[in-house]
Amino acid sequence: MNLRRDVFQAIADPTRRSILALVAAQSMTAGAIASNFDTARPTVSKHIQILTECELLTSEQNGREIIYHLNPQKMKEIADFIEPFRKMWDERFNTLESIMKNYKNKD
Amino acid sequence: MELKTKIKAEENTQELFITREFDLPLELLFKAYEDAEIVEQWMNTKVIKLENHKHGSWKFETSHDGQVVFSANGVILEFIQNEKITRTFEMENSPFPVQLEFLTFEEIGNEKSKLTIQQIFKSIEYRNQLLKMPFAKGLSMAHDRLQNIFH
Repeated sequence: MNLRRDVFQAIADPTRRSILALVAAQSMTAGAIASNFDTARPTVSKHIQILTECELLTSEQNGREIIYHLNPQKMKEIADFIEPFRKMWDERFNTLESIMKNYKNKD
Repeated sequence: MELKTKIKAEENTQELFITREFDLPLELLFKAYEDAEIVEQWMNTKVIKLENHKHGSWKFETSHDGQVVFSANGVILEFIQNEKITRTFEMENSPFPVQLEFLTFEEIGNEKSKLTIQQIFKSIEYRNQLLKMPFAKGLSMAHDRLQNIFH
């Protein structure tokens, strides 16, 4: 069994981000993905494997070919991951603002 | 409701920017960072030390049920009234290395001000880990408590 890979490490790599951008535009086979890169095909396959393991890509058997699709749900999770952090700061700053407004009124 | 706080964390960088505009004059916004008693109120922490000058140091400690649950400290590298604070930030008892923080305070009009915090991390991985931290159960519980206190 594979250890679940860290999705943020997965997208830290520029080649993998390019792969995601390609597949986002159109679902395609590993061969079609590899043809967009100068990198050796096994290297591209390794990147695809990592993206599949962390569920950013899903694979679908289509006859003799495997088609890779983007998993929009997982991509959304990445976009959302910053929100709790942002909310934490926003609430902290709201508190700061209301404390200082009262402070001003006391003067 | 739209959050007033913006976070900019570009991929593949080891920094992040937190920006927020306040309906407060610049002096009051700065005072919220300068005055230990006020910091204690909005950060919901105890200020052990806050030496607001170049080469000064600071230390905060947050307790719950008599136990210290969070503590952080650092040194102040620059302190310019109503303009900027540059400091280090180190979370105690955590694997996170020291981070560097640049706080910039600006006036953006009548009784309005803006705070920009640039945080620089030892690596991209540490930055991403920190961003994910509010997901951690303990912290989110502490956070819920915070919300209850203020609402």
